[in-house]
Amino acid sequence: MTVLKMKLNGKQVEVEIKPSDLLLNVLRDKLGLMGTKEGCGEGDCGACTVILDGETVTSCITPALKAMGKEVITIEGLSDGKELHPIQKAFVEYGAIQCGYCTPAMILSAKALLDKNPTPTREEIKTAISGNLCRCGGYEYIIAAIQSLIKP
Amino acid sequence: MRRWEQYFTPQSLEEAIFLLDKYKGAGKIIGGGTDLIPQFRDNKEESKYLVDVTQIPEMKEISLLEDSFVIGGAVTHAQLAGSQDVYNYAQVLAEATVCVGSPQIRNMGTISGNIVNAQPAADGAIALTALDAQVHITSADGEKVVPITELYRGVGKSKVDSTIEVISKIEFKKIDKVQNVSSAFERLASRKALALPMVNVAVCLKTTGGQFDWARIAIGPVAQMPFRPFLIEDELRGMPTDEESIRIIAEEVSQLVQPRSSKLRGSADYRKEMVKVLVGRALMKAIARLGSEPY
Ligand SMILES: Cc1cc2nc3c(=O)[nH]c(=O)nc-3n(C[C@H](O)[C@H](O)[C@H](O)COP(=O)(O)OP(=O)(O)OC[C@H]3O[C@@H](n4cnc5c(N)ncnc54)[C@H](O)[C@@H]3O)c2cc1C
Ligand code: FES
Ligand code: FES
Repeated sequence: MTVLKMKLNGKQVEVEIKPSDLLLNVLRDKLGLMGTKEGCGEGDCGACTVILDGETVTSCITPALKAMGKEVITIEGLSDGKELHPIQKAFVEYGAIQCGYCTPAMILSAKALLDKNPTPTREEIKTAISGNLCRCGGYEYIIAAIQSLIKP
Repeated sequence: MRRWEQYFTPQSLEEAIFLLDKYKGAGKIIGGGTDLIPQFRDNKEESKYLVDVTQIPEMKEISLLEDSFVIGGAVTHAQLAGSQDVYNYAQVLAEATVCVGSPQIRNMGTISGNIVNAQPAADGAIALTALDAQVHITSADGEKVVPITELYRGVGKSKVDSTIEVISKIEFKKIDKVQNVSSAFERLASRKALALPMVNVAVCLKTTGGQFDWARIAIGPVAQMPFRPFLIEDELRGMPTDEESIRIIAEEVSQLVQPRSSKLRGSADYRKEMVKVLVGRALMKAIARLGSEPY
């Protein structure tokens, strides 16, 4: 066993893990953050996406110890508990959620994009979410939701 | 899923080498883990000690020198695809790395992992093959520098033994329009993201007075490793850089390659045809880039 220390959704956390744990399992099973989903478990579908030091990564193939001393943001870190985050609001408003399985990760990919580039083009939005599969296939609504957040 | 027992994150290359040396074959380098972790999952990998090289500062740098590039061994695809220097002076590498997987995979996956995983169509490695990259490999025995073309043993088999060796950096000459040198990358895949290439082609070339001075062409996946048609590269020296010559060169390359039929990546005949199209396009694009118009 070893202790993973990281900044998680704004708070410093310490959690006992096995050196062979994957970040996805630490988040879900040890920390109870169920917003991060497992789809393929192979890096393909993007459902397990989290933000690690500002960059999106697929947590299902990320050794948890890669997060040591770093900052991790999961979907639980977006809203303050009272109000939804603007990206979450936009997803609701634009009907960008069907079954919702891809949604937490999709929103995090959108966040990583908008944090770096507040005025992305349609092409840049498509690239930013190209690693997030939506099996319900509502991509147009997702793109529209993200576009609605671009301030003129 | 098989699991490793310990995970180390050294802060220097010396420390990484020390750890590999200590575990004598039971340890292994991990970069982004995008190839290695799925291999653990498939029970194909059984190293006990993982040595993560992505926190070693000097291995994360891209340096543009007077006439060459030095890329740290742990530089990611996202870093390469996002670098203005790489775009300006090694466009083929920028174009290749932006095709890898997805944003998440590019954020994690490193250029050395792409070489050592030794897939014949690895996008980064195809570009580095056309760039004639020199790979710096460090172990407890010291450093050696080996051309990328000499690092393959077969499909998925690298001569780099990452249980004892680390790719510390990769070096190649910069591609400078001012010297009439340019480059280009072309890729055919079933989708724009998260699709492995059916065919990919990288070229670097130099022209003088409307003729080929030299060209290096790298193609995947048509052989056990990134393929260079050396004979044709020799023949094309001195040929005019017009459409007719490019058509002939592309046709000859296509005759030479022996892709396999694959249910996922297309039949051998189709891919041979596509090699012709992509080699032609890549050469045209690189030559057009030497013109005054941006291309
Ligand atoms: C969903 C998905 C999509 C993908 N799409 C593409 C694609 O489109 N094109 C493509 O080319 N690849 C693709 N890949 C493959 C992979 O992402 C790349 O090959 C990547 O560059 C591997 O780098 P890594 O740092 O993750 O390697 P790792 O998994 O960390 O390591 C791979 C191998 O390289 C060795 N190694 C790593 N770094 C070093 C070093 N510095 N010195 C010595 N040995 C080292 C390791 O020991 C291991 O044997 C994809 C992978 C996934 C999961
Ligand atoms: S579950 Fe991680 S990418 Fe699919
Ligand atoms: S909303 Fe169902 S997978 Fe995207």
